[in-house]
Amino acid sequence: MIKRVGFYVLLILVVIYCSGPLLWQFITSLKPDSELTRIPPVFPESLTIRHYISIFEGHPFLRIILNSAIVASFTTISSLIIGSLCAFGLAKLKVRYKALILGFVLSVSMFPPIATVSPLYIIIRALGLRDTWWSLIITYTTFSLPLSIWILTNFFREIPDEIYLAARVDGCSPFQVFYRIMFPLSAPGIFTTAILVFIFSWNEFLFALTFTSTPASRTIPVGIALFPGLHEIPWGDIAAASVVVTIPLIILVFAFQRRIIEGLTAGAVKG
Amino acid sequence: MRNGEGGNRFVIPALILLSFVTIYPIIYVFYLSIHRKLLIFDISRFVGFENYLFLLKDDRFWNALKNTAYFTGVSVSLELLFGLYIALLLNMSFRLKGLIRAIVLIPWAIPTVVSARMWEWIYNTDFGILNYIVGTKINWLGSPFWAMNAAVFMDVWKTTPFVAILLMAGLQVIPRELYQAARVDGAGNWATFRRITLPLLKPVILVVLIFRTLDAFRVFDAIYVLTGGGPANTTETLSIYAYKVLFQTLQFGYGSTLSVIVFLCIGCISIFYIRILSRGMNRRSRSK
Repeated sequence: MIKRVGFYVLLILVVIYCSGPLLWQFITSLKPDSELTRIPPVFPESLTIRHYISIFEGHPFLRIILNSAIVASFTTISSLIIGSLCAFGLAKLKVRYKALILGFVLSVSMFPPIATVSPLYIIIRALGLRDTWWSLIITYTTFSLPLSIWILTNFFREIPDEIYLAARVDGCSPFQVFYRIMFPLSAPGIFTTAILVFIFSWNEFLFALTFTSTPASRTIPVGIALFPGLHEIPWGDIAAASVVVTIPLIILVFAFQRRIIEGLTAGAVKG
Repeated sequence: MRNGEGGNRFVIPALILLSFVTIYPIIYVFYLSIHRKLLIFDISRFVGFENYLFLLKDDRFWNALKNTAYFTGVSVSLELLFGLYIALLLNMSFRLKGLIRAIVLIPWAIPTVVSARMWEWIYNTDFGILNYIVGTKINWLGSPFWAMNAAVFMDVWKTTPFVAILLMAGLQVIPRELYQAARVDGAGNWATFRRITLPLLKPVILVVLIFRTLDAFRVFDAIYVLTGGGPANTTETLSIYAYKVLFQTLQFGYGSTLSVIVFLCIGCISIFYIRILSRGMNRRSRSK
């Protein structure tokens, strides 16, 4: 009995440790400015939604959220298309140097972004893609491909070869087998990959900071890092912005916890 | 080539993209690193290994390397410890397991930049909750000693869920019978953990170590937003130093040299781990 109580106490500590900082940011976002600088800081006497209004007023915050949504969605779609085609080829068709290709794909996922950022900047500037969504979509798609390919190859492999062969006998071309049978059958894997790629693109900072320069293409992490504060840091507004951009991710985590865990472990452990 | 099914057609688009956006830039960055290139004045001159020689005498580089090593070493070991603890806890049976696992994933899902801003506020000297709880008046991000450890702790908070989740998956694969047999033999908790859990978890622990070491070694956004590398460069890591040289002073030659060094370090770390990992696999297959 005492053991059981001890276990739940530890569990509650873990829950506080993991969610506490975000809850604290949430409380901060609801405090009026006068209470932000009051000691003791714990619970506010009055609450306000002024910070939430102020980040949307006279600030391109909505535009920045839109940019992130567009970049992350396009990246997810293109990474899924290109990645699933490649995974299908590797899992079900004859491709030479299969092990080599998978090893190459894995090694790309280990590349440090800082090592490619200076040449990519020069290339993107030369192509006239600076400060556009495309600069980010192309980069993110490539850097999320290793994850997509690894997870999806594992998923396609689990589909019996007989299904592929039967469809071929019935007259489907390999491509038709892919989009009529393989793609729908591996929907759970596709979905898992989509969530992980979306979260990666929503959160990426280094390339976004380098390739964007105006609110026309700036994404959320850059927007939050460069939050205007000439004389003093607007803590309340930053807290409100943090909460707003984190909500979509929290929803994803709570709705698809099982899939996310599956994807993380498939991408890492089996690789 | 005749292979009947034309599998290459499916694989090639991905390979083209990967080559163009990762392989080509890696070659290009080596090329830049042996040039003196100043983007604003359109200067580009071949200088051979001058940048690399300069690097050897650059105190700021050695300082950044030292900081990166400290950050990586301390944060990865703490994450492994915390992660293992949480994994063992979550591996027991209890109600609301799904909910708790979702809560544990929260730090992992929050954008790093957002978590840096959150912790900046928690670490605030005058109004931060940390000083209030601990009852101190420490300038966490302003003092050379605390700033680096504050960054380490933030990273530990952020990435422990990832470690815990992977280790949890590893724990679930261990056969229950082994634990039952150990109990029958009268082994205590600690002995069971040391003799059964830890050895069988070793391959997963190694994979976690690879991923976390590589990630921690290339750390950028967390520290860049939390401290910007300060105070007095005490939290400046290799990635941050390279970024500053590249995009604040616009020296693309020397900045690329620093990037190449990060790349080479990451390469060495990967090879080191992969060798340990494959040696472990070989030993296991031989003993079978």
